[in-house]
Amino acid sequence: MIDEKILFAPGHTACAGCGQSLAARLVIDASGKNTIVGNNTGCLEVFSTGYPYSSWRVPFIHSLFENTGAVMSGVEAALRHLGAKEGINLIAQAGDGGFGDIGLQAFSGLWERGQDILTICYDNEAYMNTGIQRSGLTPIGSRTTTTPVGPNAAAGNVRSSFSFKKNLVDIALAHRCVYVATASVHVPLDLQRRVKEAHKMKGPKFLHILCPCPLGWQSDVSLTAEIGRLAVETGIWPLVEYKNGELVNVKKFKELKPVEEYLKLQRRYNHLFQGEAGAQALEAWRAVVQENVKRFGLLEPTAQA
Amino acid sequence: MKQFLEGADAIARTVALCRPGVISAYPITPQTHIVENLADLIAQRKLQCQFVNVESEHSAASCVLGASAAGVRAYTSTSSQGLLLMAEVLFNIAGMRLPVVLCCVNRSVSAPINIWNDQQDIMAVRDAGMVQLFAESVQESCDLHLQAFKIGEDPDIMLPVVVNIDGFTLSHGFEAVEFPEQSAVDVFLPAYRAPYKLDVNNPMTLGPLCGPEYYLEQRYAIQETLNREVMAKVQKVADEFTAAFGRKAFGLLEEYRMEDAETVLLSFGSLCGTLKEAADALRAKGRKVGVVRLVTYRPFPKEALVRALAKAKDVLVFEKCISLGADGPVYTEVTSALYGAGAKVAVNGYVCGLGGRDVALDEILAAVDARERVSAKFMNVKQENLGSFI
Repeated sequence: MIDEKILFAPGHTACAGCGQSLAARLVIDASGKNTIVGNNTGCLEVFSTGYPYSSWRVPFIHSLFENTGAVMSGVEAALRHLGAKEGINLIAQAGDGGFGDIGLQAFSGLWERGQDILTICYDNEAYMNTGIQRSGLTPIGSRTTTTPVGPNAAAGNVRSSFSFKKNLVDIALAHRCVYVATASVHVPLDLQRRVKEAHKMKGPKFLHILCPCPLGWQSDVSLTAEIGRLAVETGIWPLVEYKNGELVNVKKFKELKPVEEYLKLQRRYNHLFQGEAGAQALEAWRAVVQENVKRFGLLEPTAQA
Repeated sequence: MKQFLEGADAIARTVALCRPGVISAYPITPQTHIVENLADLIAQRKLQCQFVNVESEHSAASCVLGASAAGVRAYTSTSSQGLLLMAEVLFNIAGMRLPVVLCCVNRSVSAPINIWNDQQDIMAVRDAGMVQLFAESVQESCDLHLQAFKIGEDPDIMLPVVVNIDGFTLSHGFEAVEFPEQSAVDVFLPAYRAPYKLDVNNPMTLGPLCGPEYYLEQRYAIQETLNREVMAKVQKVADEFTAAFGRKAFGLLEEYRMEDAETVLLSFGSLCGTLKEAADALRAKGRKVGVVRLVTYRPFPKEALVRALAKAKDVLVFEKCISLGADGPVYTEVTSALYGAGAKVAVNGYVCGLGGRDVALDEILAAVDARERVSAKFMNVKQENLGSFI
């Protein structure tokens, strides 16, 4: 059963089909009422805290775009000083830009100091709140408003739109986070289990959640969960779990679906299905999958093997 | 009993007497000695406090923001580029109405890089909504810290307070300093009781999105608090301080030999020591010269200033800062206050001491004698150094 405590109230102003609102609610309901949430500026803070309303039924603090890692470090230190940290879950969360680009330094500091906080990246793969601009976590060939498609796109944007997606899992592991995992909104119980696993461990934790965004990904609002499922089943978004640096859990498949099944549901990738440049980008996507297969052993051994 | 101590050491001991629960800081000269001393006091179990070593001043300010939001007394210190890096957070702390105390060890700003004293750094964030105090001596640097927490944490105020001290002159200078007893400090400054905080038993949302319908009143409220509650509270706390510890605290401003002064030298910070010497020297020659020293710069004490300068004929403003392309910020505000009140007085503005350039007594005396009409005259410009960009 999904936890139905509903600590994230309905009535907020997220877009229809928003993956992030779904993920945020699953996270806070799995965390429980003895939780304090810090949030960088971004869609989630904007659609859930428009004064005089708030969806948050737990203490919630938003300060700036890039500082929740440091703000929550201060909250954690304050609770330690008061002797009140025990039994309180702390979450410092941000979108992909707020976490992996502008906010990364503060999260790095939080992790490196070993502070007892669950850090969460709600990854919708671009700056959606400001109107779909490219972030460091925008994947290969994505069309955004700052990586538009046109005759000169390859020349003008080769570095930006065809670069690899910044690997936050590896960055978190390099900081010796005690718990590092990925998650997807199409498997809510699994996502909530990961949140609970994280809270059980003392120290810095990192959860990276892929959050399909119908607005930015130009996908049908009814397909949010489906696109999340395909991201996992194509091997593009492996579901992995590390404890104390050891890979302890990988979601494996007998066979992976072709990347096209995932990409074709999103109009941000329309241009990949035409021309030489598109073909090259698709090859790059397949290479990403092969890398994941090799690194995580995504394919179950066949009976013959 | 007085102790002969470096300024930073004395300030750290005073901060410890204030019992902060969280301190966060990032190294920058000339601030570092303050937080080094505080870290050592914690290591020696003389202060029970969490010290968070962060990776930037932006995070230091954010960390004390979070600690204050969690209901704990929080302190940080910085200088120059560090303060500029904090700028965004400082506006945020004030807007979120959190009573953090920050010591700005005033230093010049880059470029060229220069670690020495002036007051350009703090002027860059003068509009942030923070209470701003300036110390003249090491003793006053300590005393203003004790007052700063009391002012900021008042439930009617709830704003950050900056104690400005001149880099090196006050942070590294040695002075015989008097310390109050811990028991007396605990009476003067009781434990912080946050009127709102992050509390799982009473969940609230801090830092929400605020549209055109509500934003303006939030800023108006800060303006009202500064100009009414803080203006009154600063003087009240100064009087309470004087009563509790037997040392004069000035509150909004200090008047020195102003009884019949016609020429007034006006500044803030440690430069006022030189101005007082100049006034003494000129008084010895029969000239009617006094000094007005701004202790509180935000809120700007307009009414107190107009009262203090009611009999003045000439006012000379000396400041170690400049709004490039305009005049010195304090000159601008002094003229605004005086002329706005209809005062018939000549005000001259002098920019001096940038990047640690010494300001000599003779230069002050020469400015008084010059009887010129200037608004942002740079003192002691060396012609031989002009003509090439570094």
